[in-house]
Amino acid sequence: MLIDWFTVGAQAINFLVLVWLLKRFLYRPILDAIDAREQRISAELADADAKRAEARQERETFQQKNEEFDRQRAALLAEATDAAKAERQRLLDEARQAADALRAKRQDALRQEADQLNQALSKRTRREVFAIARKTLTDLAGVSLDERLVEVFIERLRAMEGEAHAVFAEALKAATEPVRVRSAFELHAVQRAMIQAALNSDFATEVPVQFDAGPDLVGGIELTVHGQRIGWSIADYLRSLEQGVGELLNGQSGVAKSE
Amino acid sequence: MRLTPDEIIFWQYGFLKLNATIVFTWALMLVLVVGSILVTHRLSRDLSRSRWQNLLEILVTGIEQQIREVGLHEARTYLGFLGTLFLFVAAATLATVIPGYEPPTGSLSTTTALALCVLVAVPLFGIADQGLGGYLKSYMEPTVMMLPFNLISEVSRTLALAVRLFGNMMSGAMIIAILLTITPFLFPILMTALGLLTGMVQAYIFSILAAVYIAAATRTRKPKPVAKP
Repeated sequence: MLIDWFTVGAQAINFLVLVWLLKRFLYRPILDAIDAREQRISAELADADAKRAEARQERETFQQKNEEFDRQRAALLAEATDAAKAERQRLLDEARQAADALRAKRQDALRQEADQLNQALSKRTRREVFAIARKTLTDLAGVSLDERLVEVFIERLRAMEGEAHAVFAEALKAATEPVRVRSAFELHAVQRAMIQAALNSDFATEVPVQFDAGPDLVGGIELTVHGQRIGWSIADYLRSLEQGVGELLNGQSGVAKSE
Repeated sequence: MRLTPDEIIFWQYGFLKLNATIVFTWALMLVLVVGSILVTHRLSRDLSRSRWQNLLEILVTGIEQQIREVGLHEARTYLGFLGTLFLFVAAATLATVIPGYEPPTGSLSTTTALALCVLVAVPLFGIADQGLGGYLKSYMEPTVMMLPFNLISEVSRTLALAVRLFGNMMSGAMIIAILLTITPFLFPILMTALGLLTGMVQAYIFSILAAVYIAAATRTRKPKPVAKP
């Protein structure tokens, strides 16, 4: 017989013991280790997935922020550019206005200066001309300028004829106030008498005459009555000189303006 | 001619005896258990692990995969029994490369013991899975008429398992023994190599058949699980 029943029982027990031992020392630890590793791997994968999702979300957030930032920057830049342009325009306008004002002021000053110069020049010229004339007359004719003036005035009165003479005679007759004779200097009694006599004889009327002296007449003599005026004065010549000088100065200032 | 290591008796006291089968079985158990302890006493649960641990993991997960393919989806419940069956038979065969070694599986006593273990284990697993009533009821499926046929089937298939295992194991040992008497010099090496191959195949067949029987006992009344793609 090939079967030994004691051996069969012993082998069965041996086998069952081996089953228990291997379960205890082989299968359970190995399977536990595998399970632990799988759990760890799946946990790490899940963790990686979560991190990836988080990273994607963060990247999207960052991109959004970046775009927002770009937009804001562009808007700010445009705003600043506009503001700078407006400011530049304003400053330019201001400067132009200031320049205009300054130029106007300078032109005013120039004109005033020219006027003053003109006046001073004419005054001086009048004085000079008067002095020269006076000296020349005195030297050449031996008569004073005043006397010569009175003579010229009387000659003029006498030289009046025609319509002018008639109009003047009418005016003398219609005069209610005394005839006013103004002169640059105080007339002597002789001279006054000569003028009175000339008036009386020439216009055949008795007119009262009032003599005045005023320096503004500048070496001259003038008769006014009822709106009519007759006389001679250096001022007449001077006025034409003044006109000439004024035109010259105006021409110069015009050149300065065009520059 | 010696057919079984049972005949080598080291010590005997009446009914009790210590023969080569038992001694070599103990030796195998010692090697298996000590080897397992050496590898598993400091298992790595990290991603990196030792080569021996890797080998054992491949072995254990491979067995688990095979059991699952047979149809036992709760593979870990049966892993201890079926896996030990395979490992014991395979180790007994592999050890034949050691001179002077007598495989315990070459003994009819050992194979009978293993077949008996399967015979007892199949209804035990069936009862554990379906309950006593459920398991006994499976003998009356589909009708009560089938009860005697189911009982005959149960006994005969267990008998067939035992005889098949015995025949397989014996044949290998017998062929080697016969060939050794013919050509003692050339054939031992060749036949040992062939014996390794057939031994591994027998180990696989034995444990797969046991798995199939257990599967038949446990899922008789269960609906077929949906096959995974």
